[in-house]
Amino acid sequence: MDSVTIWTVILCLAAGSFGLRFVFIGLIGDRELPEWVLRHLRYTAVGVLPGLAAPLVLWPAATNGATDTSRISAAAVTLAVGYFTKNFLLAIVCGAVTLYLGLYLLG
Amino acid sequence: MAITTTKTAFWQGFRDGLPFVLVLAPFAALFGVVATEAGLNVFETLMFSVAVVAGAAQFTAVQLLSENTPTLIVILSALAVNLRMAMYSASLAPHFGPAPVWQRALAAYVTVDQSFAVSIARFEREPDMTVQQKLAYFFGVIAPVLPNWYLFTLLGAWGGKSVPPELALDFAVPITFLAMIGPMLRSIPHVAAALVSVAGSLIFTFVPFNMGLLIAAVLAMMTGAYAELWFSKRERSDG
Repeated sequence: MDSVTIWTVILCLAAGSFGLRFVFIGLIGDRELPEWVLRHLRYTAVGVLPGLAAPLVLWPAATNGATDTSRISAAAVTLAVGYFTKNFLLAIVCGAVTLYLGLYLLG
Repeated sequence: MAITTTKTAFWQGFRDGLPFVLVLAPFAALFGVVATEAGLNVFETLMFSVAVVAGAAQFTAVQLLSENTPTLIVILSALAVNLRMAMYSASLAPHFGPAPVWQRALAAYVTVDQSFAVSIARFEREPDMTVQQKLAYFFGVIAPVLPNWYLFTLLGAWGGKSVPPELALDFAVPITFLAMIGPMLRSIPHVAAALVSVAGSLIFTFVPFNMGLLIAAVLAMMTGAYAELWFSKRERSDG
């Protein structure tokens, strides 16, 4: 990975992320957006993150893409704890404990 | 306690933001570790956190960079993860709209999941707050978080090289995403959108340059929006 690529990504992401945050606070001011736009935007995070996580969980790079019981269990525990407790930190801790326990027991 | 002055608004925000340090400091340290493992140097890693200030997008970018994805796709994928910031921006605009533009620009820079969520809840609870009090509160929430975001990125980047592979840190990234997804599944439309996102990203893996993720995301957002519309119509006809 060369430093030109890295800096291109950093600078474009900086400008783009700021743009996404500024677009309405800065430019729209107190005018309202159409409801159908807001309705789609409400599902942005939940539309992107699960799709991002799914292949990483099912086909981890560390096992050369082979599905791994410890990692699947850890993923399930993290998701369940996050869902039921709404506690981000607790979900991470429980997921990590499950992963290490799985890797220790199953190798 | 009701907020009465700009100064009390800031310190109330500061107190409300303090617990997030516990969550975001390890997250930042993890980014420092993952980014240096992927081949970024310490300064590049720190600048990533300073310039982008969005954990999930930073992890996405570094993950894709390490897979030698074309630069444009890295940028578009990470920005897709950050699209929710536009929603936060739209939601905050009516509260900050009348403020001077430099204050709104500063507010935009520090808009993250946590500062948005805790502030919008407070503004809805206390509609009598003035624009200046709302901004002071918002900056108060982020004040304890942001310096630690930078600091712990740096500490993670410095310590990163000494992390052994047995720690399975590769899996820290999906675990972090899953821990964020769990609390987001608040309603049936949210769950439906998440399921479409997973199915879409697995089905569209054949699409080059990770564009499958973007296709999956658009389908998931449409699913969420239509499911919400369907449920609210049904509620209305029941009521």
